[in-house]
Amino acid sequence: MPLSTQSQADDEQYVLVASLDNARNLSNILKAIAFKDHAIFSATPNGLKVTVEDSKCLQANAFIQAEIFQEFTIREDSVGFQVNLTVLLDCLNIFGGSTAPGVSTALRMCYKGYGYPLTLFLEEGGVVTVCKINTQEPEEPVDFEFCSTNVTNKVILQSESLKEAFSELDMTSEVLQITMSPSQPYFRFVVKNLKLLSTFGNSGNAHYDYPKDSDMMELFRCDKTQTNRYKMSLLKPSTKALALSCKVSVRTDSRGFLSLQYLVRNDDGQICFVEYFCCPDEEVEE
Amino acid sequence: MDCVVTGGNVKVLAKAIHSLSRIGDELYVEPQEDGLALRSVNSSRSAYACFLFAPLFFSRYTIPSGHTFRCKIAIKSVQAVFRSLATLEKTVEKCHIELDEQKNHLTFTLHCKHGLMKTHNLSFQDSESLQAVFDKDSYANVFRSHPRLLVDTVVHFPPSLEEVTVSVSDERMWVRNHVEEEADQSKAMLTELCLASDEFDHFAVQAHNSVTFCLKELRGLLVFAESTGLPISMYFDEPGSPIVLSVTDSVLEGNFVLATLSDDHNHRKNNTKRLVDKLKCTLPPPPPDDFMNDDIDAYLIAMDTSIAPGPSATCLSTPPVADSICSKQSAAANHRTRLHSEEEEEEEEEEYETADSGRPPNKKFCSLFFGSVLSPSSQMTTQPVTSQEVLASDSEDDVQ
Repeated sequence: MPLSTQSQADDEQYVLVASLDNARNLSNILKAIAFKDHAIFSATPNGLKVTVEDSKCLQANAFIQAEIFQEFTIREDSVGFQVNLTVLLDCLNIFGGSTAPGVSTALRMCYKGYGYPLTLFLEEGGVVTVCKINTQEPEEPVDFEFCSTNVTNKVILQSESLKEAFSELDMTSEVLQITMSPSQPYFRFVVKNLKLLSTFGNSGNAHYDYPKDSDMMELFRCDKTQTNRYKMSLLKPSTKALALSCKVSVRTDSRGFLSLQYLVRNDDGQICFVEYFCCPDEEVEE
Repeated sequence: MDCVVTGGNVKVLAKAIHSLSRIGDELYVEPQEDGLALRSVNSSRSAYACFLFAPLFFSRYTIPSGHTFRCKIAIKSVQAVFRSLATLEKTVEKCHIELDEQKNHLTFTLHCKHGLMKTHNLSFQDSESLQAVFDKDSYANVFRSHPRLLVDTVVHFPPSLEEVTVSVSDERMWVRNHVEEEADQSKAMLTELCLASDEFDHFAVQAHNSVTFCLKELRGLLVFAESTGLPISMYFDEPGSPIVLSVTDSVLEGNFVLATLSDDHNHRKNNTKRLVDKLKCTLPPPPPDDFMNDDIDAYLIAMDTSIAPGPSATCLSTPPVADSICSKQSAAANHRTRLHSEEEEEEEEEEYETADSGRPPNKKFCSLFFGSVLSPSSQMTTQPVTSQEVLASDSEDDVQ
C-alpha cells in the first residue's frame, strides 16, 4: 500500500501520526460536530479529542480513542492545534465519499508540530492525494465546569425515540424547554410555538413526555424537579450527533447546564463518543 | 369533547387534514351528533371541503352536551401534530382529541410506542358554522371512478395550471386546460384528454355540459383518495353550478366543492368564440381511433358547449339566500385566479376577503356558497339570511 512506503526517517519528524484504513471512521464523527468552521484538535496518548464551540454557550467534543486507529503514534504528552474543520472534511472526502461496500479511503494524518501544517495522505484504489492544511494556535476551549458530582438529573435513552422527537420539533420556535423530575412528567420537552401565525397570537404549545418506565429508558436518575430552557439554535447542531448515535445520556447540573453524550458506533462497530454542552437560556423554577 | 382515534385511522385522519390544508388556512372543527366535521374554505370562498367522520370511526366519541361547539384552528398547527405520516404509521397507537373550553385549547395527544406521549395544545377561535350550499344529488351528471383514473389524468397538466375544463357527452369526458382569451396564443399550450365512459365505474350524463374550475384545490382530494383507495364520485351540473367530488366509505365522507366558471355576458362569449375559431384552424382533427369514432363535428360541438350561453349570471339552482352572496354584480372579491379579474377592467378593484366576511365572489365564479347557518348564539356573521326554509333545502354532508 503506497502509504506504508513512507520512510522511517520521515516519520521521526512527526509528533503525531494517526492512520485509519477507513477515513469515514473519522469523517463521520467529525460531521456530527461540524457546526462551525474551526475545530481545536487535542491529542494525547489516549486518543484524539476534537472540540467545536459557538459563542461560548455551546461546545461539542468528539472523542476518538487511540484504539480506533490502525496506527496512533504521539511523541509528546499532548499535541494541540486548530484547523479549519470544513476544509479538513472536504479533504477526507476528496475521493467523493463513495459508500460502496469494500471501497474506502485510507488516511494517514501527520503533524510535525507547532507552526507546521496538518498533512493528510489519502489513498483510494491506488490513487494517493496529499493535503496540507494550515494550522493555527489552538484556543483554550471553554471549561463548562460540568462535573459529575454536580449532576442533579441523569437519563440514558435509546436514541431512536429521541430522534423522532427532535425531527418533529418545531424548529421555528426559539426555545426548547426540558423538564426532568422524579415525579410526573419525568422527562419532558416543551416547544412553545409562539410565532406560528400572527392572526391567532399564541397558537398553543406542544410537549413530548417520556415515562421513566419506558423500555426506551435505560437509566432514570432524577433527584430534583428541574425545568430549563435552551436556545433551539444551540441545540440544533446536536441533532446530527443524535442521528448517528444509538444511545444518548442527558444530564443537567445544579446550574441548569445541559450535557448530552452520544454513543456512536462507527462503520467497524467501534465506539466513539460525542458530547455537547449547552448553557441554559434562563432559570425557570417550577 | 373527547374523541379517540386508534390504529390505522390516525393516519386517515392525518391525511384528511393534509388534504384540507390544500384548500384553506383554517380548519373548522364541529363535533356533531352524526360525526366530527372538519371543514376548510379558501379565501375567495370558491373552494370548500368537508370531511365527516362518523362516530364509528372513533374508538370513543363524546361531544359536548347541551351546546353546539364550533371552532376554527390554524391548519398549520394541526398539520404539525401529524407532521410525518410514516412516523404516524410506525409509532402512534392512538390519538386523543380533547376540548378545554376554559383555556380555548383543543388538545391532541398522540400515544406512541414505548410510552412516549406527544401532546399538542392548540388555540382555537370560536367560529360561525361553515356550510356550503350545494345539492349534489340533484346534479345532472354523475361519475364514479377509481382515483387512479383522475390522478393519471391530472398528471398531464403542469402543477402550476390553475383551471381545467371538463366537458361531457353521452359516452365521453374531455379534460383540457383552460386558457384565457387574452393569453398570448402563440405561447399557450393546450392539452386535452379524452376519457371513455367505460373507464369509469359509473358514468351518467343527462346534460352535455362543460364546466371550468380550479384544479389546484382538487389535488388534495386526489392524494387522499389515492392513498386510501376510495373511489371518487364526481357531480356537476351547468356551468356556474359547483362541481362536487366525493369519497365515501362506511365511516367517513369527504366532499370537495369547487365553484365553476359561469358564462355570462356577450363580451366574454365573443372572446371565447374567437378562441374556438382559432382552435378550429390550428388544431388538426383528432385521428379516428377506438374511442374517438365520432367525426370532427362532434369534437367541435364539444368545444361549442363551453361557450354556449349558460344560465344567467345570478346564481342558479341555489336558494335565494345565496343571492345576498353572489348576485351582486358590482363588487368583486379577490379570486385566486386573478386572470379573470384582470380581464374585466370595468369591475372594481379586487379586495382581499377576510376570513369572516362574506363578500360576493367574482361574478365569474358566481356559484357557491355560503349560507352562513346562523345558530341562535351565532357571532361574527356578516351574511344576511333571508329565511330558514331556504336553508333547509340544503342537503349536505350526509353520512350513509
